[in-house]
Amino acid sequence: MSLNKIYTNLSKITKSTCTLFADDVSYGELAMVDNRPAQVVKIMDDEVTLQIFSGTEGLPTNAEVIFTGKPPTLRVGDDLAGRFFNAFGHPLDNGPNPEGKEVTIGGPSVNPIRRKMPSELLATGIAGIDLNNTLVTGQKIPFFTDANQPYNEVMSLVAMRAETDKIILGGMGLANDDFLFYKQVFENAGASHKIVSFINTTEDPPIERLLIPDMALTAAEYFALEKNEKVLVLLTDMTLYADALSIVSNRMDQIPSKDSMPGSLYSDLARIYEKAAQFETGGSITIIAVTTLSGGDITHAIPDNTGYITEGQLFLKHNTSINKVIIDPFRSLSRLKNNVIGKKTRADHPQVMNAAVRLYVDAVNAQTKLENGFELSDYDQRALQFSFDYAEKLLAIDVVTDTQEMLDILWQLFAKYFSKDEVSIKTSFTDLYWK
Amino acid sequence: MSNNNATKGKVRGIIANLVLVKADGPFMQNEICYIIRNEVKLMAEVIKAIGDVAYVQVFENTNGIKSGADVVFSGHLLEATLGPGILSSNYDGLLHNLSTMTGIFIQPGDYTDTIDIEKEWYFTPTIQIGKRVQAGDWLGHVTEKSLIHRIMIPFIIEGFYTLKDIVAEGSYKASETIAILVNDKGKEFTVTMVQKWPVKKAITCFNEKPRPFKLMETGIRTIDIMSPMLMGGTGFIPGPFGSGKTVLQQGIARQAEADVVIIAACGERANEIVETFTEFPKLDDPWTGKKLMERTVIIANTSNMPVASREASIYSAMTIGEYYRAMGHNVLLLADSTSRWAQALREMSNRMEELPGPDAFPMDLPAIISNYYSRAGYVKLNNGEAGSVTFIGTVSPAGGNLKEPVTEATKKAARCFYALSQNRADSKRYPALDPVESYSKYLEYQEFRKNIEDDLGGDWTAKVTKLKNYLRKGVECADQISILGDDGVALETHVQYWHAEVIDNVLLQQDAFDLIDARTPQERQKFMVNHILATLEAEHVFESFEDVRPFFKKIINIYKQMNYKSFKTEEFEQFRSSLEALIDEKNNHNTSKIDSVV
Repeated sequence: MSLNKIYTNLSKITKSTCTLFADDVSYGELAMVDNRPAQVVKIMDDEVTLQIFSGTEGLPTNAEVIFTGKPPTLRVGDDLAGRFFNAFGHPLDNGPNPEGKEVTIGGPSVNPIRRKMPSELLATGIAGIDLNNTLVTGQKIPFFTDANQPYNEVMSLVAMRAETDKIILGGMGLANDDFLFYKQVFENAGASHKIVSFINTTEDPPIERLLIPDMALTAAEYFALEKNEKVLVLLTDMTLYADALSIVSNRMDQIPSKDSMPGSLYSDLARIYEKAAQFETGGSITIIAVTTLSGGDITHAIPDNTGYITEGQLFLKHNTSINKVIIDPFRSLSRLKNNVIGKKTRADHPQVMNAAVRLYVDAVNAQTKLENGFELSDYDQRALQFSFDYAEKLLAIDVVTDTQEMLDILWQLFAKYFSKDEVSIKTSFTDLYWK
Repeated sequence: MSNNNATKGKVRGIIANLVLVKADGPFMQNEICYIIRNEVKLMAEVIKAIGDVAYVQVFENTNGIKSGADVVFSGHLLEATLGPGILSSNYDGLLHNLSTMTGIFIQPGDYTDTIDIEKEWYFTPTIQIGKRVQAGDWLGHVTEKSLIHRIMIPFIIEGFYTLKDIVAEGSYKASETIAILVNDKGKEFTVTMVQKWPVKKAITCFNEKPRPFKLMETGIRTIDIMSPMLMGGTGFIPGPFGSGKTVLQQGIARQAEADVVIIAACGERANEIVETFTEFPKLDDPWTGKKLMERTVIIANTSNMPVASREASIYSAMTIGEYYRAMGHNVLLLADSTSRWAQALREMSNRMEELPGPDAFPMDLPAIISNYYSRAGYVKLNNGEAGSVTFIGTVSPAGGNLKEPVTEATKKAARCFYALSQNRADSKRYPALDPVESYSKYLEYQEFRKNIEDDLGGDWTAKVTKLKNYLRKGVECADQISILGDDGVALETHVQYWHAEVIDNVLLQQDAFDLIDARTPQERQKFMVNHILATLEAEHVFESFEDVRPFFKKIINIYKQMNYKSFKTEEFEQFRSSLEALIDEKNNHNTSKIDSVV
């Protein structure tokens, strides 16, 4: 595109945008302003406003502006595998530029009737997930976690254990140390060749983060649709992504809604998460994300909107009685689990799982009684004992085993602490498994 | 509509999905126009006019539009095409047929027709030439799936016409003229099986809209018994995420006593609607034995589909509902979720730089919501027949806070309130409807009471009140026990607590994933209510509070096993007699003990 006109007369500069008069510009187009990447965010007649990702500090009014004639794109192909890129899809690893087909990122949505119902088990071996919150390919689910929980470790563990063909890591505002951690985990597992990473670290301009999920998911769509692969996309941390959204909307003079977030937060997040899909041809995109919470507050606009979009959420919680991080059985949920449990896993799975959680509730009530200084009944004592075993043997994130084994452990615990009446499971199952 | 002197325009400005268009002629508020981007026509709606500039919201992503791009105005508002062939279809929010689109992705501008107007239908006229007719009158019918689909005088007709001509019984294309009308001034009007209607306007071709009175059975016990929904009623389900809203709504869609079910997935998860696409063609309609899909229409404007058409999807769905109601059918319309619709309104109002109301929602949000709910209802048609649109919307309150603007506005508009409780959901008490918080104002309707007591006995509503009272007492007792401790309260408090637990565990909780328990027909509900009340009213005397839990746990367990068995089968009766034996034994045992003490 050597014919691209160069403009050198900015009419307005704000904290993050600049405005100039230009012809034949299309909405959403990328441009270079003084060699900084920028995107068209407003057109009024021939007046064009550009958002400069890295900010406008030191930008001269005669800065050189070159329009690229196209929105952000990524060259997709098999050569993406094993590589590290920045938010613009440029290599971070000194490797060559990818040479595949150039596609616009953030493409159209999948026709719902061309999707297939997600129904393939995605086992992780982590009991707190596989037992109570079973994952399915094509699902989208975040970890809701406080910043001090080991979420990057848990997520990398899930990624390495889950059976997938490709893993796409989208790092937003990732601390450099965490970036190096992921890199090391991938290398140690000998899995580097099946991983593609798009990384924006805390050192990069925050607005650039907004491109990361679209980059990652465009790559994911290539592998899932062109290669019929099972793709797992890891997005961390979506809270920092949403923060970038609020910065932009603030600079665009939009009226903020709850928690200073833009009114479009729900749609903005949904556009990303809904890229998770099971395709008819066998390929799939599964998204596991991280949403860091502030003091465990899930009513904040970011986790709240996320919860309405994703198919459940996994809560990490420190359990004081066993002094370990567990997957919280109350607040965690996998909405798609019913597509697989009892069908792809043993038939007693749904009932056993629910009975255990009900008994765990009784234990929590007993715990409250105890804390309030009341005497515990015999049942309360048993429920409490059960809950310790349950947390230790199944909910702790370091427990790794297969689903059959998990169910057997629960049956043992049931028989150890309760009577059949108290557990209240269909007789057809108790006849088989009660020992 | 191709119109030679249609207004044209040029794009002047673009800010996200708001586009400013300079028009070369007149245009209407809410008129549909098309913006040409690289030869693809993108649909948009006028939402404001200043001078010759139209502010339009585009139903697509606006990336790639240039200043100066051509715009064509259509001359009409956002319309639904109504005719036979809608049932079993899957649409986007603007009623484009998703099944006839090509490719895995929805390409912008791929606007497919709502129905195939070339398709032939076997038409049976049911009216004589010379009759005086008005909008909504029935001319005849075709059979759509297994439903009688009335062909009606188009709703846009004003005043009375005389039927001048009508075709004989036979097969005709939907687009063919089947009747000619003429009015007093000699003006003629041709009628086909297809008509158009602007979706934001209510279809009011009926005689009157009396209060609803007839139960719409859902087979979900906590709804049918405790907070009944009526044919032509309105209700809403607010619930934090993870409280079982979706499962509940799907249960209603599958089991409700309705001729037509419209599911509007408004800004929700695509996988949920995929489940419906996948399951409904296989599942049986419990009322007709036909496949569920036959009575279902799906409007899928999932959360990643364009925001502006999300707003439209709610209206598209209601218009289809009103269309089938005008044929004398009972329609159930489920919208998930109306909060997403409100958010779409908010996004647009924000871009238009309107002064915001609470939580940045538009100021007139309550009016928009109540106006929408008022389109539902039970109606008497002009020919004496009746039809209904029952509307149940879900609300996704931000942060689970029921004081937020959408929930508050909806609470004023809807007659039934189905409160999903996070606590119940956390402890897996599904459906997680809070039986004390939830209500149905219809329980107070004399018309309804009379109708249900004709079916279930004259003391039915008294029994429902009794159940609610047990539950209320149970909540109080639970509080007392947790404050004062097990041995700090009277024995009777424990018993009352467990009475509520029996009702909760046996009657209210229901396993949506169990083939038998998922749906309880009215006869069985009646049996259960009577049986449970008798159990609770029987005298049980306990020595200490420690005996109370094991006894009631046993009762609950047997009742639950009964719930998993088909009604009145041998297995069911076995559990029933062992239950009754247990209760009798406790009764006699204690009575004799009391005697000896005395």
